[in-house]
Amino acid sequence: MVDTILPLVLSGAVVKRRGKTLIGPINTEISRAGFTIVMGPNGSGKTTLLRLMHGLERLSKGAAVWQGTQLEAPMRQAYVFQNPIMLRRSVKENLTYPLRLRGVSKPAAATIANDWATRICLSKALEQDAMNLSGGEKQKLALARALIQKPDVLFLDEPCANLDGRATREIEELLLETSRAGTRIVMATHDMGQARRLATEVMFMLRGRLHEFAKAEVFFELPTTPQARAFLNGDIIE
Amino acid sequence: MSPKAGQRARVRLVLAMSDIFEGLKAAFWLLVSMDRDLVEITLRSLQVSLSALVIASAIGLPFGTWLAIRRFRHRRTTIAVMNALMGLPPVVVGLIVYMLFSRTGPFGVFGLLFTPAAMIIAQVIIITPLIASIAHQSMRELWADYHDLLISLNTGPWQRIRTLLWDGRRALLTASLAGFGRAIGEVGAIMIVGGNIDHATRVLTTAIALETGKGDFALALGLGFVLIGLAIVVNLAIHRLSRTEREGRW
Amino acid sequence: MTRVLLQGVLVFFAWVSLCQAEQMRLAVTTSFHNSGLSEILLPAIQSELGLNVQLLVVGTGQALRLGRAGDVDAILVHSRAAEEEFVTAGYGTHRREIMYNDFVFVGPSSDPAGIAQANKAVDALRAIALLQAPFVSRGDDSGTHRKEQVLWRQAGLDPSDFGSWYRAVGSGMGAALNTGAGMNAYLMSDRASWRNFGNKSELALLFAGDPALFNQYTFIPVNPTLHGFVRHDLAMALEGWLVGEQSKALIESFRIEGEKLFNFNAKGVD
Repeated sequence: MVDTILPLVLSGAVVKRRGKTLIGPINTEISRAGFTIVMGPNGSGKTTLLRLMHGLERLSKGAAVWQGTQLEAPMRQAYVFQNPIMLRRSVKENLTYPLRLRGVSKPAAATIANDWATRICLSKALEQDAMNLSGGEKQKLALARALIQKPDVLFLDEPCANLDGRATREIEELLLETSRAGTRIVMATHDMGQARRLATEVMFMLRGRLHEFAKAEVFFELPTTPQARAFLNGDIIE
Repeated sequence: MSPKAGQRARVRLVLAMSDIFEGLKAAFWLLVSMDRDLVEITLRSLQVSLSALVIASAIGLPFGTWLAIRRFRHRRTTIAVMNALMGLPPVVVGLIVYMLFSRTGPFGVFGLLFTPAAMIIAQVIIITPLIASIAHQSMRELWADYHDLLISLNTGPWQRIRTLLWDGRRALLTASLAGFGRAIGEVGAIMIVGGNIDHATRVLTTAIALETGKGDFALALGLGFVLIGLAIVVNLAIHRLSRTEREGRW
Repeated sequence: MTRVLLQGVLVFFAWVSLCQAEQMRLAVTTSFHNSGLSEILLPAIQSELGLNVQLLVVGTGQALRLGRAGDVDAILVHSRAAEEEFVTAGYGTHRREIMYNDFVFVGPSSDPAGIAQANKAVDALRAIALLQAPFVSRGDDSGTHRKEQVLWRQAGLDPSDFGSWYRAVGSGMGAALNTGAGMNAYLMSDRASWRNFGNKSELALLFAGDPALFNQYTFIPVNPTLHGFVRHDLAMALEGWLVGEQSKALIESFRIEGEKLFNFNAKGVD
């Protein structure tokens, strides 16, 4: 059992589907610490990149290598989807599910779940059906469910895309707390302001390639490529 | 329609309605008097069809679920065959089971022919594809929903099946009840493998066939209404027990 | 106190004897069962012999098939040619005639073919064929059906040449009667099934009495050397009872609406 499963090294990584190249080749690294924001226009491959890193997409070519064994790495990551996937169960059961999978006893899991529910202000809704929550509540729950696993790495695919300002703020606060506590975060987003608020480094995707990769300040103040500049400007780029 | 023809049609309708009314009356008296034979065949109907339901569900529900989540080479063919087996004519199943369990047949040594056990076996064969097929359909949709999440959470195949079975239990119940409906009303197969023996293998459906054959339509209809009532009661009871229509739950 | 105890003992013995009731399977034809005679005979057999006879009511063809497979211990059918074949082939041990009744012709009460006036059965059939009046046949190779075919041939007619007025339904006596009632057609039925049939509708009994319509019921035990598991002992016990005095009394006194339906005619082994 290693200390950490990071860094994740992508070399020549390509994802193809039905003969068409979705992303790649990609050569990059997710380092040990930081908050990476993945940005880019729609269709640039942000989602595919995240899914590839987490193991939800299969590599057609190249390699994506974590530290540690084959079994370890997947267990120490978590993923939050753009449209939250709720189990058709209560809020509490959604939270205890990942714990029970790992063999945590029922009472212990219940306690941890209660704590998290309080933390995301859903303690009143513990016994409610998760499918009946609002969009923002669902996403908070999904995030809590991801964090309850104490992952080394957390992936998020545009988590606030469909949320109002209040919910967005609550999620961002939670993410910053989590990042400060040492969890590595990789997040795709559309929201420029959000990127500026959260990022320590930025990956800029365009047409399936990693177009630019730089520290946050560098990217936002001095983007090197014209496309990145246009994008930051708010222009539509293809 | 000419007035004469219209009149004839009306007379026939009245006669038919009176037959049905006779049937309802017969059903009422059967129930009120708690006719001993009626109680016996009703209990046997339940015994056979509920046993078949339990066994068929135990096979069909996990299989349908497994089929929804596993990818393997001949998956599409398997699904197609399973759906096609829903159309197995019950009387053909009865014939085949008879040949298998006949004393000169391969399984004759067990002496199951003309016993409720043979009837249960025949009904299990008939309703398992139905249950598996409906289960598969709902599990497929649920799996499409849960797919990314369950993979992300590193669930093993058995954990996935258990999660789907539990979260999809309402749809699975529907699948089971569809199977029960098919079983409780079935007559062709159990007539052949059970023999409709009085006080041994006679059930509601075979009794109805018998009374119809004797021309006693009122009694046959009466038994028919009892059967309908039984099916409704069982369905309601199961829904009640599983609290399907509780407020706020899907 | 002693009375209660005595009653308790009696009940216990009765219960014990019931538990030890021997059980055998007998395949009988629908024609026999539909008469209602079995409801009289079975309880008597149960109390006299302690024998629980499970009746499988099937067509003659299926009864013979069950006997061949050894799925029943004996059969009671009414098709002499088929029975003799059965015994010769070694599936049954012997034929034992038990009782007879007759076949009758039923049809629409208006009797368009006028068979009520016929002298003989074959004349009635000829009249029906001439008029091409709707006729429902069992069509299931049963004893009744075979008898019907024999009569057509005796009338000089070949059923395979008949047009759509001749409807072979391939089912038991009751089902055939239902169909006939629904179509208002002519039929040949055994008298007992007709008497006991509950859906006569517009049908009526039109012709009977010709000796050619004689219908013999025969008991055949299944051959135990062929199938060792068959309860030949019970079959023989049943046969013994069926040809005995009590059986004779019950059969001879059996009536439906005052009409006698069966005639006991058991004698020596055939």
